[in-house]
Amino acid sequence: MSATHTDTAAAVVRRPTGTRVTRALGIATLIGLGWFVTFGLFLSPDDAVQLAGVRILYLHVPSAWLAYLAFIVTAISSAAYLSKRTRSLTWDRLAGASAEVGVLFMGITLLTGSLWGRMSWGVYWVWDSRVTTTAFLFVTYLGYLAVRGLGGSHHQRARRSAVVALLSVLEIPLVHFSVEWWRPLHQQESIAKGKLEGLMLFSLFIGVVVFTLLYVWLVMHRQRVLAMEDALDDHGLEFAIAERREEALF
Amino acid sequence: MTSIEVTRLVAAKDLRIELRSRILINQVLPFAAIVMVLFAFALDKDDLLARVAPGLIWLATLFSMLFVVQRSFAVEAADGALDALRTAGVPARGIYFGKAIALGLQLLVLEVLLFLAAFVLYNSRVGADGVVLLITSALAASCGLGLVGTLYGGLTTGTKGRESLLPLLLLPVVAPVLIGVTRATEAALGVGGISMHEGWAWVSLLVTYALLFGIGGSIAFGPLVDDSV
Repeated sequence: MSATHTDTAAAVVRRPTGTRVTRALGIATLIGLGWFVTFGLFLSPDDAVQLAGVRILYLHVPSAWLAYLAFIVTAISSAAYLSKRTRSLTWDRLAGASAEVGVLFMGITLLTGSLWGRMSWGVYWVWDSRVTTTAFLFVTYLGYLAVRGLGGSHHQRARRSAVVALLSVLEIPLVHFSVEWWRPLHQQESIAKGKLEGLMLFSLFIGVVVFTLLYVWLVMHRQRVLAMEDALDDHGLEFAIAERREEALF
Repeated sequence: MTSIEVTRLVAAKDLRIELRSRILINQVLPFAAIVMVLFAFALDKDDLLARVAPGLIWLATLFSMLFVVQRSFAVEAADGALDALRTAGVPARGIYFGKAIALGLQLLVLEVLLFLAAFVLYNSRVGADGVVLLITSALAASCGLGLVGTLYGGLTTGTKGRESLLPLLLLPVVAPVLIGVTRATEAALGVGGISMHEGWAWVSLLVTYALLFGIGGSIAFGPLVDDSV
């Protein structure tokens, strides 16, 4: 390997994941989160029936939105990787980063959802199609992340995980449909029925916007970390050898 | 060689290996039988067992299927047989459908045993009109399970920790089959208050599932098992 190649590797491995864009985005996200907490916990009124319990929704709904958004991004990036015209490991890493963030927020969604369920319905879990599909999506993407960790070359990992991601797109509607058919009674969405109004709806809206920013911020960083890991895999050894050699020289 | 010919040859090869090694008969079937006995120990009440028998039969099928799938790909991973087949230019689609058919047939044998066990141990009964529904739903479910099992079996071939990865990937995907075929079986056995009409509706879900994963699998299997970049 030439010296320039090693230098590039060194540059990639040592480059921080923050840039001016992500820093600005990060600051905007943090300010937004502060704003979101102020509205969600202090400014918005209690619900007539659920009292302060309604505040869980401000976290629950944006998390769910974010988790589903993340999985849509994973599916699209996977398809982009598999298409010959747009084949690039960047798509694969975007899919992986997005799935990781998605799994985290799907976990938050399930947790907050079951807490809210306990308060409103008296049980932590209902066999409703939306809830069950979400739980399946969570497990499916845990499997997806496990497949990403199987090893092999980068392109092998990318192709394997992209196919698994697309198969999940096939699976999830089937799960949703079959559960819905199995247990036809299910709870209606609270927003659709117009229970949330004014300041409450606005708090929820802020949550969705802020969480979307948070998602973009996290995924950008995570994607870059994954790129660095790949670069380390590719060039880490020669980079280390070059470093030791330098040490020997001086 | 056409894909259809390859399908036939691969299916015959897998079944021949099974007939000679007798893993299904000597290990998987006894395992399934003991699971049925353990269910009875756990659930105790006779009337309860008859009520939940359809679910238990299919749960035992799913668990036993994990072994059959792993076995089906263990013979391919040893000596890099699958890679050799692909290098020799054997179409992936043929391999996929061949292995899926062999797996589906082994599952059918397994299901026959499990139903017999349920009739003997749980006192399940099926009426004359339920037999057709029972057989059709078992066939449709075996097709779906065979296709999906082969797909995910191929994915986990030769990977580290495949014993635990396969259930993690496969069980969520086959959940719709479990729901569908259990309801259809309940209708056929006349438990759980599901009408025959509803039972047939569930069979259509099973058929749709098998078709979707058959198409998806035939496209995805090649890229999944190919090791080269």
